[in-house]
Amino acid sequence: MGSRLPVVNALRGFLPARAVLHEEEDTRPYECDGLTAYRQLPMVVALPETEEQVQQILKTCFSLKIPVVPRGAGTGLSGGALPPGDGVLLSMAKFMRAVRVDPAARVAVVQPGVRNAAISELAAPHGLYYAPDPSSQIACTIGGNVAENSGGVHCLKYGLTLHNVLGVRGFTVEGEPIALGGEALDSPGYDLLALAIGSEGMLMVMTEVTVKLLPKAQSARVIMASFADVEKAGDAVAKIIAAGIIPAGLEMMDKPATRAVEEFVGAGYDLEAAAILLCESDGSAEEVEDEIARMKAVLEGAGATRMTVSRDEAERLRFWSGRKAAFPAVGRISPDYYCMDGTIPRKRLGEVLNFIAALEKKYGLRCPNVFHAGDGNLHPLILFDANDAGELDRTERFAAEVLEKCVAVGGTITGEHGVGVEKINQMCVQFRPDELELFRAVKHAFDPAGLLNPGKAVPTLARCAEYGRMHVHGGKLPHADLPRF
Amino acid sequence: MIEPFQERIREAAASRTPLRLRGGGSKDFYGNEPRGEVLDTRGYAGIVSYEPTELVVTARCGTPLPDLEEILGKENQFLPFEPPHFGPGATLGGCIAAGLAGPRRAAAGAVRDFVLGAKLIDGRGRVLQFGGAVMKNVAGYDVSRLLAGSLGTLGLIAEVSLKVLPRPPSERTLRLEAGEGDALATMNRWAGQPLPVSASAWHEGRLFVRLSGAEPAVHAAAHRIGGEAGQASLWSELKEQAHPFFAGAEPLWRVSLPSTAAPLQLPGRQLIEWGGALRWLKSDASSAAVREAAVRGGGHATLFRATDKSAGAFTPLDPVNARLHKALKAAFDPAGILNPGRLYADF
Repeated sequence: MGSRLPVVNALRGFLPARAVLHEEEDTRPYECDGLTAYRQLPMVVALPETEEQVQQILKTCFSLKIPVVPRGAGTGLSGGALPPGDGVLLSMAKFMRAVRVDPAARVAVVQPGVRNAAISELAAPHGLYYAPDPSSQIACTIGGNVAENSGGVHCLKYGLTLHNVLGVRGFTVEGEPIALGGEALDSPGYDLLALAIGSEGMLMVMTEVTVKLLPKAQSARVIMASFADVEKAGDAVAKIIAAGIIPAGLEMMDKPATRAVEEFVGAGYDLEAAAILLCESDGSAEEVEDEIARMKAVLEGAGATRMTVSRDEAERLRFWSGRKAAFPAVGRISPDYYCMDGTIPRKRLGEVLNFIAALEKKYGLRCPNVFHAGDGNLHPLILFDANDAGELDRTERFAAEVLEKCVAVGGTITGEHGVGVEKINQMCVQFRPDELELFRAVKHAFDPAGLLNPGKAVPTLARCAEYGRMHVHGGKLPHADLPRF
Repeated sequence: MIEPFQERIREAAASRTPLRLRGGGSKDFYGNEPRGEVLDTRGYAGIVSYEPTELVVTARCGTPLPDLEEILGKENQFLPFEPPHFGPGATLGGCIAAGLAGPRRAAAGAVRDFVLGAKLIDGRGRVLQFGGAVMKNVAGYDVSRLLAGSLGTLGLIAEVSLKVLPRPPSERTLRLEAGEGDALATMNRWAGQPLPVSASAWHEGRLFVRLSGAEPAVHAAAHRIGGEAGQASLWSELKEQAHPFFAGAEPLWRVSLPSTAAPLQLPGRQLIEWGGALRWLKSDASSAAVREAAVRGGGHATLFRATDKSAGAFTPLDPVNARLHKALKAAFDPAGILNPGRLYADF
């Protein structure tokens, strides 16, 4: 690419040579994130180590008018860190320092490259932990978690990243210092922190994150309950909530998912059940005992065919290990899998799962399901072989139908993985042109030149028009007629 | 019907007539002085949908807050952020626009933490829907949460979907004796332990704590904390500012600080809530002195109730934040007609 050299030279003016990569063998590892179906070689990769370097990179790119795409650990599942072919991939991987842990104030101040699980490890000696626990928590970093507003398996009770981050600090696209939130519980003016969290790296570049730490519960136990059909398992979830219980974790897996997982980790799941529920209670020992008894009664009344309560911490972790390993386990039984992330009102679960089952037949592809049942967040995993072009194409059409169904039943195309490049067409289904226009206006307020992570999350009207035509040509309803929430 | 609102806003934008979006007027005192022709939102009221087992309620802006709370109460659920009403006329729209939470804030979360989605009429009269009625949703920027605390300057919040929770089965209030420094240390120590503390307050040598949750947990925590039994009515007195502390002619400051910040060295009387993170101050100290002390403590100070708000109700923004605020305001309300000046004088 013609403009590569001036950019490399400008960056090497203040960065060491090893922190500016541009040879293909060096930039190749950055060509994709966790969504490997989309790849693009970045023109240049920059690996700053200090806030000043981040600021200078941004200022340099801004003056050269070239795009910048921030990247954390690259575990994202929506292509949010897909590099710019004509710009700089800004890797925050070297920002791995825990600035401070304040046990009295229950906060940790960390750099964005600190891994999610490492925050809880730092806090553990003080009896504290960081609550959001995405399945990728051993690898994903807090910067990416903030960018995507990541969830996990304990969100219903403890919230998303949004509910557990107190402040962020960093730079605007122009390289001006910016701080949102802080250690107080609110700040004056608009809640720009709420806007920045989940903005997919399109509004600012973070160099520091202040998170809330919670006291670790004295005890936790989990019930594994089996059901003869998935709808009954869905109803059981509603009945637990109706009984006034908010479990610490409430997860569902269908039979194909438990079978894949059991072979991989040996979690002790019931392989005959059509679906299993994992229901966790945490708190003081007395509280847990009381809540487990109440949940067991509800589950029994809801038709559970078998129930096992974890006897000790090792068994509790073993029950969870299967759920947390669901994606890699599925990766073992299929050359490739495609993970979806729709959220639906829980009461529509049976309908959506039946719809997915029908699509399995229609497209000739298998699709095990794992489900954050408490939050209504579905992760259907379509199994396919990327070397078979026909299968990849069928997978994409399968996934698009599932996401559009999520919108049709009053849900959303993404619960916690983000839009990125992956679901950008479905944004045209979920939002109307006026709403997309407002999103672009929000982006413009922060980044008038559109240089920060361009082309992600918010589609252009032209793109939506094209996508709409494609659907009409495919003989389907134009998206404007879809029911909306 | 929201079309009349749309029409009114379109006309006002065309003629550059400022509009004052207003529900029951219970929070007229909050923020800078309201300006413009009143657009009364109370006509657009009622529950759109409520599914207790989904933990989601969607209601229109004019819905009286007491009515909403009563409907949730019938299902043994509630608004966990415990919003203050500040008068019988409080509406849901005003509650979200003001973004004020009550005693449970430190334990349960802020108003925005429970906002799942909103239907907004922007400054061009367009009806826009953001977020939804599900727990997790990261499609598009989180505009619905941005609306909490925006004081109607970004648009008319026509409908809002909120996450609700089951009421805790058991609650108990305890009272202990403590000086300010000890009280702050104690509240922070409690918050670092797995105790079901749902509210705390300190005033004039007395420390109050409310425990909420399953009976065994509340019982065990009460035993551990000790102290005397306290009045549960304290929490609604604090929430509604009916407590004697709030009486008197001096300006009332709301100082938001990190919970571990040292006691404020300012003249006047103080009442502490939110485990130390909220310091109410009744004081004639100059606004410069109060704001400087707040910033030094790591937070900010709002002139909450005062006859003279010429110093501005809210702590001034730094230049980058100020520029972003104005750019966002222009994106939502290009004619600058919605509650102008209510948040900051210049937009």
